[in-house]
Amino acid sequence: MNVIIPDDVKVRFRVPARIIGLVGCTLMIASIFMSWSYGHTVLDDVGYWGAPSPLQLYYAVLPVLGVLLLAVPLLGRGRLGRWAKLVAWNTSAKTCAIWSLAVTAVMIASIAIGLGGLVNVDPGGWVALAGALIAVASTLFLPDSPDPNLYRLKSPQWVQILAIVGVMAVLLFGAAYLLNFENADQFLTFGASVVGVVMVLRQFGIFSWLSIAAANNNRVLVTSAFVVAFAFPFTQNGSDANMSIASQVLIFAATALGLNIVVGLVGLLDLGYIAFLGAGAFTAAILSGSAFATIDWVPPFWLTVLIAGTVSSLLGLLIGAPTLRVSGDYLAIVTLAFGEIFRITMNNLDGNDGPNLTNGSNGISAIPDLNFFGFDFGKAHVIFGIDIGRFANYYWLMLVVIAIIIVVFMNLNYSRIGRGWVAIREDELAAEAMGVNTFALKLLAFAGGAFLAGVAGAVKAHYDVSVTPDQYVFLESAFLLAAVVLGGMGTVMGVLIGATILKLLPEKLRFFSDYRLLLFGLLMVIMMRFRPEGIIADERRQLEFHDEDDALAVEIQEEMRAKHVHLNPEPKEWDL
Amino acid sequence: MLEVKQLVVAYGRVNAVKGISFNVEQGQIVTLLGTNGAGKSTTLRTISGLLTPVSGEMWFEGERLDGVAAHKVVEKGIAQSPEGRRLFRQMSVEDNLRLGAFSRKDAAGVRTDMDRIFDLFPVLGSRRTERAGLFSGGEQQMLAIGRAMMSRPRLLMLDEPSMGLSPIMMQLIMSTIRSLRDEGITILLVEQNAAAALKLSDKAYVLEVGQITLEGTGEQLLGDDRVKRAYLGED
Repeated sequence: MNVIIPDDVKVRFRVPARIIGLVGCTLMIASIFMSWSYGHTVLDDVGYWGAPSPLQLYYAVLPVLGVLLLAVPLLGRGRLGRWAKLVAWNTSAKTCAIWSLAVTAVMIASIAIGLGGLVNVDPGGWVALAGALIAVASTLFLPDSPDPNLYRLKSPQWVQILAIVGVMAVLLFGAAYLLNFENADQFLTFGASVVGVVMVLRQFGIFSWLSIAAANNNRVLVTSAFVVAFAFPFTQNGSDANMSIASQVLIFAATALGLNIVVGLVGLLDLGYIAFLGAGAFTAAILSGSAFATIDWVPPFWLTVLIAGTVSSLLGLLIGAPTLRVSGDYLAIVTLAFGEIFRITMNNLDGNDGPNLTNGSNGISAIPDLNFFGFDFGKAHVIFGIDIGRFANYYWLMLVVIAIIIVVFMNLNYSRIGRGWVAIREDELAAEAMGVNTFALKLLAFAGGAFLAGVAGAVKAHYDVSVTPDQYVFLESAFLLAAVVLGGMGTVMGVLIGATILKLLPEKLRFFSDYRLLLFGLLMVIMMRFRPEGIIADERRQLEFHDEDDALAVEIQEEMRAKHVHLNPEPKEWDL
Repeated sequence: MLEVKQLVVAYGRVNAVKGISFNVEQGQIVTLLGTNGAGKSTTLRTISGLLTPVSGEMWFEGERLDGVAAHKVVEKGIAQSPEGRRLFRQMSVEDNLRLGAFSRKDAAGVRTDMDRIFDLFPVLGSRRTERAGLFSGGEQQMLAIGRAMMSRPRLLMLDEPSMGLSPIMMQLIMSTIRSLRDEGITILLVEQNAAAALKLSDKAYVLEVGQITLEGTGEQLLGDDRVKRAYLGED
């Protein structure tokens, strides 16, 4: 789109373009006071004149942002000072217009599909669409802004802390609000405007500033993130539906974090990772004291967790020792086969084809709920007057597990071992020549990642109540890998986001779940084309993917220098 | 210090090194000279333990070296700066140096050595947090040598350190190599740039398609007619 309009035209027309863009945004804002649909059954009813529905109010957020982004440079010409360069005004405005159009289109499509035809779209919808089109067309005439460098903005620490806490609060209530949409059309509309706002803020440079603030206030960030995650069940009023999704997300995320060590840090492609989750789940199920368990011994749960992790990591060693000597593609093939062998073996350990350990395809069901010191995970409890159900109990347990995994991951990442892993990923031969015991380190990553998956599996067995071999198919491995790649290999935040997206979308969008393979495939192709480093980029990874892009390299270099102290901590004594 | 006897190394069924023998004496600069494909880099990689020889023996300070894993070779006191530098391009200068010291456990010593490298190459010290890929060829070569030095080797093997460098930068690298030798580090140098390498070599071997065809002191080879014709471009 940038090619079509020459730069000198853009510079000449930037003032009228801003004014016309403002008109477009105003039209969109005005449209929320109009009726959008003839009927009242879609989008939580947007069919009234003069009374915007909550969804319409959220819709207005993007156009209001657009007004700010267009009006401030227009009115403040020559008076913006350094703010003219710190912020990418024009590019943000363009992003804002495009996303407004996207959300408008989603809403109009929802009305047309939900009520049977475009005739059901009332004037409000058309005014909004016209406004969005005008805004997009006019912002295309704005000259491109230089890349935002808001991260240069110095700010007192209390502002940074306040910003972090604010973001966390928005996250909590945004997530609670988003999850409460029962219908796909509302979920999609709200979700699209949230993504739109995020994209605009990203263009604006807010996130580069926030990442510096986060690096400077790491402890505040981690603490507030966990407080928010811990508080989440209280926003659900005892609703089991969302807590069930949330705990599944956490189990999935914990497993993906384990895979992230293998794939993200060391760069080994493991296509059978789900087997390690399965091994942990089966181990815990067999030792759970269920009526179907094949071993009578019931150890305390902390011991079960350790045993499950150990069994998984032994399997990791078993499969890794012969295969990690060979390179890339062979490992992928072997692990792919291993995943299938695991599933078939679990199917065959049924007493007919082998010893009875797993009851074959029936698996082990009726796994009792966990019970810590009389705290029964199966029962609902009332805390602060709010019902905390079974799923919330498991959610909290998984939160603790994830916290431990993140601490382990971060410590490894910035340790001597982590440095060796990244060296193997970047240039295995050079790493070997430097004295890195590449085989041992790869094996350690493999076994360590498997251990974490085994631990997650142990909780999953109790959460799921039953464990069967067909829960651990290749497709699940593929999804785990997709979560890591989509979110951002080698990062914690990225993998958490990737896992959330991949688990949440099919749950909330029923029509989506029928086509999820198709849509995820499409999503992956688009990501690989436009942002191969994932949603959240690990700086080194980003540079690996864009080795030729010197401008990006310098930009990242500067951001890294701003964060330097935290990214390159002086090695501790035990570290070397 | 290093003794190589009848070394044969093969890629598949093709012998790249066909039974070569040579010695590296303590405190010397020894050069392996030869054109592309002569087997120089293969020899260095075999000494480093990255390749396994078909036959022959390698001895380092009286201990058998063949069959020793690559990371153990570094622990024994041999470091290699590989062909094409092979820095960790996306890592900072500091992290590259720390990786060079991967086999060491003494944190304080590593820090002292890092400062020594920064004294030796001030340009690295002033840009220590920048990623290696952003540096010029000569600066990358400095970092590659510095990285190899971080394991405190007694034998330092440099694979074509002058490759792709400007004449001035090459001179700087060559004088650095000489001063490292004067500090007591033994150096095994692989070079295509015969003139520069022979000037500072105590001993040199000419490798041609996997075999040693000539040997002598640096001066002897500089004066040798065959070397002049084939490697120095003189008639």
